[in-house]
Amino acid sequence: MTYLVPLPVVMPLLGAALTLLLLGRPHAQRWVSLTVLTATVAVSAALLVQSSLHGPLVVEVGGWVAPLGIVLVADQLAALMLVVSAAVTLCVLVYSIGQGMADGHEETPLSVYHPTYLVLTAGVCNAFLSGDLFNLYVGFEILLVASYVLLTLGSTENRIRAGTTYVVVSLLSSVIFLIAIGLVYASTGTLNLAQLVERLDTLPDDLRLVLQGMLLLAFGIKAAVFPLSAWLPDSYPTAPAPVTAVFAGLLTKVGVYAIIRTETLLFPGGRTATLLLVTAVLTMVVGILGAVAQSDIKRLLSFTLISHIGYMLFGVGLTSSLGLSAAIFYVVHHITIQTTLFLAAGLVERRGGSTALDRLGGLARLSPLLAVLFFVPALNLAGIPPFSGFLGKLGLIQAGVDDGGVLAWILVAGGLITSLLTLYAIARVWNLAFWRTPHADMPADDDAEQAARTEGAVEPDRGGGGQPGAVLPKLMIAPTLALVVLGLVLTVVAGPLFDLSTDAADDLLRRTPYVDAVFPGGAP
Amino acid sequence: MSANLTYVIVVGVLVAAGVTLLLERSLTRVLMGVILLGNGANLLLLTGGRAGGAPIVGTTDPEQMSDPLPQAMILTAIVITLGMTAFLLALAYRSWHLNGHDEVQDDVEDRRIMDLAIRDEGPGTADIEGGTGDGDDDESASDARPVANVVEAGRAG
Repeated sequence: MTYLVPLPVVMPLLGAALTLLLLGRPHAQRWVSLTVLTATVAVSAALLVQSSLHGPLVVEVGGWVAPLGIVLVADQLAALMLVVSAAVTLCVLVYSIGQGMADGHEETPLSVYHPTYLVLTAGVCNAFLSGDLFNLYVGFEILLVASYVLLTLGSTENRIRAGTTYVVVSLLSSVIFLIAIGLVYASTGTLNLAQLVERLDTLPDDLRLVLQGMLLLAFGIKAAVFPLSAWLPDSYPTAPAPVTAVFAGLLTKVGVYAIIRTETLLFPGGRTATLLLVTAVLTMVVGILGAVAQSDIKRLLSFTLISHIGYMLFGVGLTSSLGLSAAIFYVVHHITIQTTLFLAAGLVERRGGSTALDRLGGLARLSPLLAVLFFVPALNLAGIPPFSGFLGKLGLIQAGVDDGGVLAWILVAGGLITSLLTLYAIARVWNLAFWRTPHADMPADDDAEQAARTEGAVEPDRGGGGQPGAVLPKLMIAPTLALVVLGLVLTVVAGPLFDLSTDAADDLLRRTPYVDAVFPGGAP
Repeated sequence: MSANLTYVIVVGVLVAAGVTLLLERSLTRVLMGVILLGNGANLLLLTGGRAGGAPIVGTTDPEQMSDPLPQAMILTAIVITLGMTAFLLALAYRSWHLNGHDEVQDDVEDRRIMDLAIRDEGPGTADIEGGTGDGDDDESASDARPVANVVEAGRAG
């Protein structure tokens, strides 16, 4: 079954080429993208089943034997990430098609959109599957370059301004990563992750700490960990809603995945555990305080995104099996929920003409379906029982209590406070946007006809906004609903999913399954 | 394995110059900084491999060959840097089109907070001032000015 492993990278890339050839024909492009991403979901699911039954699947690219050539490794962690991200990208694609159709293609030049979106997917999949440090860098670059294009789509003034910061910060993190790769290669003579496992163990401790620090710094910028997170809330909200959604769901999580992979496989022993735990609590608390101060839904959600990255670091920093499995569970939960919330925010923007809280009101009465679409994932994010957000946080807090250290207890407290403040921030959005008396110029769903008359009464706040009272296209509601349901399914199957993430965490901590899969005859 | 000292010094100079340029406001200079940084990183990669003859079987004795892997990686990195340079140039050009300059602009939030500081309306001060009465208002307003000016001066420099 190893022939399946490269497919999540190859199919989107081929799809991107095909959609480029079909530039003038949006209809054909749509079908190509949909087919490719659906196939990616199916392949990823097959990979997950295979890897949990038979251990990690390994492919030597081009048939070159392992330490010489590049390997792609689909272990349980990678496969799990692939399944969730493929499902999320598919839903967001449908949403963006719905939005494009409703907008009459004015705001987003869709001809560039599809190839770029597929390249982004390929980059994400490549980063998850890579068994080689340099290939991981290439995966990052692929997804980053695609994200630069997506973020500056239409090159309006706002997006150019936000895009500039984003591009320069990302470039800096890439250079740091590249320098780290140079140092790792100079000190060990290899970049194959499985081979690095042994060779890094023979290095002096101080040198290892330098290498670990460089890699953490590079991934920390990409994952938006607190002192390195200032770029995120400024750049993400300016993009079109589906782009923000997929960025929020996936890009930072690729950074978190890279941190999990390097911390467990290459640098076990938790020498940076204290650092990780301190940054985790700072990320959580500072991030959520930022969210509380916001008056725009998209910016507020961007800050909750940063804040909840802290939970994942918390689990990684504990270095226990339970902590790591809770962190993996939390990544899966957060990819789904954060994307759903941004899609819902896009719907709010379309329905209310803005995402500024002081211009919205009464949406719960005007558009009950939209209210449900926002309310369920919002409570899930805040960690209200019985949702998956609650279960993930419960696992993390349990792991923190088991650890018993002073720092772990501080993190438990920080986690609880963050959860409460998330609830507060979300409740504010709910009160202001959904419960207040509706503005006079905002018609209820029943009076959708009226929308035509009030058109243009309130200017859209940012690009991509609809007119207040616009009818929500079914093609935008359906994928959001699908993701809300996926979030609920995560709650229902939380038991098996937690077993799976525990398996993945145990494999990560033992390290041998990964190394043995790459080098069946022992490492050279 | 011992690294070549000349390489190491050149890498240091390139990275230092790159970082200095990165701190500039003009996007074109930032771009130059990124290019220098990238070249520094590439040279560092090269330093990591063994130096020697062309790594082709038949032309060089295997013991004398240079390490081809860093060279292959540098090629990849150069291609990526090329693409990024083009993209940043396009960004700078577009920014010049829209604004008449290519300077990296302030964060929306930063600007809002600076505006508030200038008007002496820090978030939440409304409540405090309501309690303390009008007497303090003039005083705090005169305090806020210099702070805002310092912020401005810091940014300009």
